Amino acid sequence: MAYPANYRYTNQHEWVDAKGDVATIGITDYAQHELGDVVFVELPKAGTKVAAGKSFGTVESVKAVSDIYAPVSGEVVEANGDLHNAPEKINSDPHGAAWLIKVRLSSAAELKSLMDAAAYEAFVATKGKEASA
Amino acid sequence: MEAANSPTLSEVRKTPLNALHRRLGAKMVNFGGWDMPVEYPPTGGLVVEHKAVRGGVGLFDVSHMGDIRIRSGRTPGGALAAVQHISMNDASQLAIGQAQYSAMLYPQGTFVDDVIVHRLGEDDFLLVINAGTRQKDIDWVRQNTKNFDCVVEELSDAYTQLAIQGPRAAEVLQKLTDADLGRIKNYWFTHGTVCGMKNVLIARTGYTGEDGFEIYVPSDHATSEQVWAKVMEAGRQFGIIPCGLGARNTLRLEAKMALYEHEISDTINVWEAGLDRYCKMEKGDFIGRAALERAKSAGLTRTLVGLEMVERGIARDGYCCCNEAGETIGVVTSGSPSPTLGKNIALAYVPPAMSAIGTVVYVEIRGQKAKAQVVPTPFYKRARKAAPQAVVSSTARTL
Repeated sequence: MAYPANYRYTNQHEWVDAKGDVATIGITDYAQHELGDVVFVELPKAGTKVAAGKSFGTVESVKAVSDIYAPVSGEVVEANGDLHNAPEKINSDPHGAAWLIKVRLSSAAELKSLMDAAAYEAFVATKGKEASA
Repeated sequence: MEAANSPTLSEVRKTPLNALHRRLGAKMVNFGGWDMPVEYPPTGGLVVEHKAVRGGVGLFDVSHMGDIRIRSGRTPGGALAAVQHISMNDASQLAIGQAQYSAMLYPQGTFVDDVIVHRLGEDDFLLVINAGTRQKDIDWVRQNTKNFDCVVEELSDAYTQLAIQGPRAAEVLQKLTDADLGRIKNYWFTHGTVCGMKNVLIARTGYTGEDGFEIYVPSDHATSEQVWAKVMEAGRQFGIIPCGLGARNTLRLEAKMALYEHEISDTINVWEAGLDRYCKMEKGDFIGRAALERAKSAGLTRTLVGLEMVERGIARDGYCCCNEAGETIGVVTSGSPSPTLGKNIALAYVPPAMSAIGTVVYVEIRGQKAKAQVVPTPFYKRARKAAPQAVVSSTARTL
């Protein structure tokens, strides 16, 4: 699955799509693949403050619980309610319909420190090599 | 995202099928010091693997399991006496060709490990032990059988152990062996020719709660891969797929089979774990017996129960159980979504007063109390093979 060129990425495998002062956040295709079948998602309510680098929710597969870290700081304006009953969407459409939260950015400058698609692709390529070594 | 199971950098061991698992695209994890497949995403992954075993057949590499053979020395009965001393079930009740679930105990009545004891001959036993406890177990067996006239041999690395599990397992394996599998009852075994190799141990055992077999073939790389390929080929018409430790765990959890360091450990005793029926106090003395006698009269302070989540949330290993007031009352030993039941289930230690079916217990999930209730176990029990049914009535009506 291609990594959208207009998104920014973290080394914890989250993506951010910033439009104006609102950023949509999700996990990457690499992340969903590592997790396996997603069976449960826990997300913050609208109004919750999230801080860059801090956990804001969890995604669970049958096997494991994974924390999701906020790529940027801000206030949650919406959480993706569809995932409550259909967490498996994270496996099928991680970069689109299965976005996790939308955040009103408190510091747009934080985006600059994140990877672009090319850098992220290179980053996961090295991960792949480690895994098969 | 941060994966919970990150492999450690310490030296990990590999089974003879390690390269094959990687070629198949398995996700690998460090399990008890072994680099093992947790699931095979290219063939569907954990849930698909779980369902294959419940509804058809799946193939597991369980070569990480250890094997200890105990034979009599010059004195007939030396091996039996040794096995009786170090294990809690009554091995004297085993016929040649029969196996039993048992455990080795510390003098405190807690677990060194659980084992399957196979009686290969009058004076010849094979103990199949866990991977993570291999060295500890072998040391324990050697140490505690010193005073018996027996020979202890570790055969762990001599075998590739494959588990063929599921309602279609017998049909798959029958294609590859001259042994009449229909005559092998559950927890019995035989030796037969498998894939042209003579004298292969074929046991009707497993760790899935389903019918199935475990076979022990020579551990050289070529033989191991060849047998794996032949089983896959024989199982193709039944939709056989490779299965990893992830499915092995959810399958055994549904069947309430214990996992070392979870439901059983060196701090949990036999009564607490509810394994009474595998512990034969009347057979004579054995390591741990005296402590168990005392524990029995002292009464239980905790007992293993099955939980089903009522509220949203998945109980996981190590999560606290609490009462309505939020006071800690116990701990979850294993928890997971159940692919068969479509519910979130768990095994947990709770006080006996909170162990009745229907009792409400809360599980603390990331700081939040989530409601669960005690349910009967095993969570899943396979249907006994139904007797051939009479012609269904709908057919009769059309006549």
